[in-house]
Amino acid sequence: MLYRTAGQFKTSYQADQALFPVRQDAVLLAVILAFAYVIFPLTASEFTFQTLLIPILIYSLAALGLNILTGFAGQLSLGTAAFMGVGAYACYKMITLMPWMNPILAILFSGVFSAGVGVAFGIPSLRIKGFYLAIATLAAQFFLVWLFEKWAWLYNYNASGAIQVPNLDIFGIYVAGPLASSITQYYVVLGIVTLLTVICINLTRGNLGRTWKATRDMDIAAELIGINLMKSKLTAFAVSSYIVGVAGALFVFMWRGAAEPNLFDIPLSFQILFIAIIGGLGSVMGNYLGAILIVGLPVLLNLVPETLGIPIKSATVEHLNIMIVGSLIVFFLIVEPHGLAQLWRLIREKLIIWPFPH
Amino acid sequence: MLKDIFVTPFADMVAAPDFLLQVLWEGLVSGILYALIALGFVLIFRSSRIFNFAQGIMVVFAALTLVGLHSFGIPAWIAVVLTLGVMYVLAMSIERVVLRPLVGQPDIILFMATIGITLFLIGGGEIIFGGENKVMITEELGIPTGDSVLEPWGGLLILQHLDITVVVVAAALVAVLLAFLNYTQMGRAIRALGDDHQAALSVGISLQTVWVLVWFIAGIIALVTGIAWGARAGVSFALEVIAYKALPVLMLGGLESITGAIIGGLMIGLLEKLFEIYWGQPLMGGNTETWFAFVLALIVLLFRPQGLFGEKIIERV
Repeated sequence: MLYRTAGQFKTSYQADQALFPVRQDAVLLAVILAFAYVIFPLTASEFTFQTLLIPILIYSLAALGLNILTGFAGQLSLGTAAFMGVGAYACYKMITLMPWMNPILAILFSGVFSAGVGVAFGIPSLRIKGFYLAIATLAAQFFLVWLFEKWAWLYNYNASGAIQVPNLDIFGIYVAGPLASSITQYYVVLGIVTLLTVICINLTRGNLGRTWKATRDMDIAAELIGINLMKSKLTAFAVSSYIVGVAGALFVFMWRGAAEPNLFDIPLSFQILFIAIIGGLGSVMGNYLGAILIVGLPVLLNLVPETLGIPIKSATVEHLNIMIVGSLIVFFLIVEPHGLAQLWRLIREKLIIWPFPH
Repeated sequence: MLKDIFVTPFADMVAAPDFLLQVLWEGLVSGILYALIALGFVLIFRSSRIFNFAQGIMVVFAALTLVGLHSFGIPAWIAVVLTLGVMYVLAMSIERVVLRPLVGQPDIILFMATIGITLFLIGGGEIIFGGENKVMITEELGIPTGDSVLEPWGGLLILQHLDITVVVVAAALVAVLLAFLNYTQMGRAIRALGDDHQAALSVGISLQTVWVLVWFIAGIIALVTGIAWGARAGVSFALEVIAYKALPVLMLGGLESITGAIIGGLMIGLLEKLFEIYWGQPLMGGNTETWFAFVLALIVLLFRPQGLFGEKIIERV
């Protein structure tokens, strides 16, 4: 009923291929954006900002980056966290070397460094495929984290070996560091995430995106129809690592406030891979759904014993959480291997033809 | 600088051959354990194309179960048998609950499912046994703990009896496994499934039985590795990292090759120790063991994309 497409006639191919061929999609998106830009900031508490809104956005951005590489270009990567680390450390170095730099520009620019590192570690993908490549990306993961630890220049020779985000302001408003308010940080993150998402949607719909998909579906066949595999794979690595790097910079500068090398260890990589897979490989929207589930669920689960008044140690809750997340992953993979995005696609199909399914 | 890289390490090796032997021996011990874990991976991968990420946590889980059962007052050897039973139940439930509904899904989905299993076992293990470091029941199992001191070329070479036992037991286990795979009906069934799924099914090999069996074998291997590694470093979830070490072994040796797993494991064990002692510590601040194996495997893979012993990749459109 809500999703009836009757009466929406297309008279040109251009109209048929538009971003929103169905008007209700655009309306739905507008509602979601209104919530994100107006209603959440008005109503959210400090706790909601710090444990739900900001991390969900950052994790979705990282998953979006991974999804470009794994979901669209078909190159499985297990090194996402390390590339986030490259972004975070690059941003930190830029900010401390050039304190006059606009922090938002620094964050956006830090992705360039991780893109460079990503391309370097992407070169083996021209020869190595499948699981071999996945393990090869683990080389990046372990090597880079080791580098963050041993290369003292990266953290300005701090005794602690960790990086601390200084107070940064744009025109007098603090956007990062201990003095920044959550709502400013939320808007910065939201703005950057929106920008990159729009770019990604258009990239994946365009020529480059089709090249990636052809490479993913069968790279030899893609090569035979004249696609330059090297260009296709390396651009995928570059774009993916850029987004992941920006997500890493946001992760440290807009949310954590400080970072140690082991923050970028392999569990973070897996967490982002979960988001991308549970959300749906090869989908942009799925990353957001996946992040809501993977980041939001543990927060809610932590609240359950408190609200019900069950006396459980917080460590036990933590472990129960891990168990529940693990079983949920298996459950979702069994129920819908193509992820939450596919689930939404099915619901939407059903809504369009409802109430006459035949 | 160049001298530090190309001359000094070799000069050190020649100058102190007893120390070199010690390094090689330690590399050999860890190498054989890597090989053992990699073997568990290879068996599962060959028979089901599942890249089993849970192998590492199975090592921890087996060791924790053993120590946990013993702490309830069960004699050590009965605890071993009970742990094997637990591993069998685990193998069966994984097959029934996780793998059976996922038959025929793309590789990455199955891979993710094993990560799900990993998380489940981490959470479950911590709840049941607690996360703190435990001491492996080395003496109760009758594993010798002393050491022998040899004096080659007037130097000093210390061989832990524990390490000797590990090498002997691991080598024996590998031999038994190879014999099992080559000379028994079930072993041949496993290899047949690895060669050609459809053909194996059509001659009446039961997929379910073989899957439970390979996961159980992986569980046995996990227990042995868990005991060996736990005796050296204590039993905790930190043990999981040694499973990551088995991954470059697989790359180097090839995902399908049993020989590759063994030779790759020994190579990585030896080379990473040598690199760490003679290049890593003096030049790069140490702890290079976390990544050296991966980078080595990456370089080898650039020249042989299927690993040293993997099946030749033939691609068709």
